[in-house]
Amino acid sequence: MELETILFYFFAALTGCSVLFVAITKNILYAAFALILTFIGVAGLFVFLGAEFIAITQILVYVGGILILLVFGVMFTQRLKGQRVQTGRYQLLLGFLTASGLLGLLIQTIHKGSFSQLPWVDQEHTQQVELSSFGLSLMTDYVLAFEVIGILLLLALIGAVRVAGNARKEGADAA
Amino acid sequence: MYAFLFFLNFLLVYTVFAVYAERKISAFIQDRYGPMETGYYGLLQTVADLLKLIQKEDIVPLKADRKLFKPAPVIIFTAVFAGFAVLPLTSGFSGSSAQIGIFYLLAIVSLDVVGILMAGWGSNSKYALWGAMRSVAQIISYEIPLGLMVVCVVLIAQTLNLQEITYQQGIWWGHQKAEAANYLFGIKALGIETTHIGGVLTWNIMRSPLLLIGFVIFFIASLAESNRAPFDIPEAESELVAGFHVEYSGFRWSMIMLAEYGMMLLVAFLASILFLGGWNSPFPNIGGVRLAEWTSGIPGTWPGHLWGAFWMISKALFLVAVQMWIRWTYPRLRLDQLMSLSWKYLTPASILLVLLCAVWRLLML
Repeated sequence: MELETILFYFFAALTGCSVLFVAITKNILYAAFALILTFIGVAGLFVFLGAEFIAITQILVYVGGILILLVFGVMFTQRLKGQRVQTGRYQLLLGFLTASGLLGLLIQTIHKGSFSQLPWVDQEHTQQVELSSFGLSLMTDYVLAFEVIGILLLLALIGAVRVAGNARKEGADAA
Repeated sequence: MYAFLFFLNFLLVYTVFAVYAERKISAFIQDRYGPMETGYYGLLQTVADLLKLIQKEDIVPLKADRKLFKPAPVIIFTAVFAGFAVLPLTSGFSGSSAQIGIFYLLAIVSLDVVGILMAGWGSNSKYALWGAMRSVAQIISYEIPLGLMVVCVVLIAQTLNLQEITYQQGIWWGHQKAEAANYLFGIKALGIETTHIGGVLTWNIMRSPLLLIGFVIFFIASLAESNRAPFDIPEAESELVAGFHVEYSGFRWSMIMLAEYGMMLLVAFLASILFLGGWNSPFPNIGGVRLAEWTSGIPGTWPGHLWGAFWMISKALFLVAVQMWIRWTYPRLRLDQLMSLSWKYLTPASILLVLLCAVWRLLML
């Protein structure tokens, strides 16, 4: 086997195993750390799809940002209550039915779509995407969506400052 | 592959002598001798320390979370070392020439936060936990000015590839791109072409003098990123004993130290690539005195590689020395001062600088 194929299966296995661990483990903190592995595995798969930029953004945003906050949150709640935060298993039958139904649906659709037969998949795979052209299309063709996301993030920032800000009475008294 | 082997060995040797240098520099700043006993002038002190460390017992506290405690140092070091993959050491010697170079580096280095959290939490000790919390809060906060300064450089350089960024800052840009032309301060209207003068005049801090301020902000933020004084509140000895790695001993502890010194070297390399010309010579060609050509070989040839590696490593080591100098001359910032420096001063200044750099880029057209 080629090195590339081995690496592909490695990342696929990493993603699969860590996701399974997230679902099974009862310890929330372990689940959060396993989710990091999942995101790294998915980032690796993105690289194989020729989407380097998406892969790195995935790591920067999800691992470097969101998951760290998640772990922080878990740590603080664990500290406050003085007991371990654990997840229970609820609605086993219903959950199993929903998940297997969704899996069946996905398998059927993917099978029908037969992606490997589509001509553009092979074409896209061979040509290297130029990063500057990606940036240009982001600032021209998709500029509206780009700006809307920017405004949304700005709103979220202002909201976060408002929520965390020095608005409580004891804070104002101290200052 | 060669780059991997080179950087790994270089990092190990560098760390041994950086620890020695740290102790000597601190000693001279505090008017004492430092290590003098082992080897000539104490040169082998760190080697002896290292031998002792490797032999030490690997202690895992009884109540520690073993699954998080044990792999944490490996993750911290791997995250830092992975950053070296895209650094161009010379004109033709680098691990990966990925288009997204600098973006990859910032992302992968931010993974060391995960290792720090695992170490702090897994130790099951209040000192370690507080150390980890402070460290992570600090790293995340200072990543913003650091990232924005990188954005400034990318705005001027128009590429994320570190090798291309380096080529632009010297006399050999023409080898890579036919229509390459540098102007004094980047302004074409001045009409002074510096492409063949090279040297310090084509470094990014001169291609756009705004980046001189950018370099200062980048350097401050990079000190915080590597948890160095004056931003060493995460391991403030007087309050937290040693921060997130207080429970570690022996080999695992030395791995965390290796990661810390590796981080210092990484940010020093990065600062010299982004702002100080990377592997390009600092001397300009002045008329018939071809200083720049004499002190740098043609890319791809042996002299080119040797001169490139020499300048690159000298610049990085110089910046590391400055980091040490700052550590032993400035007092530590309090936690709230640390946060307000990042959020109230550096971040707004960085955002303003990004805007100004965009305007400057228009002048460069």
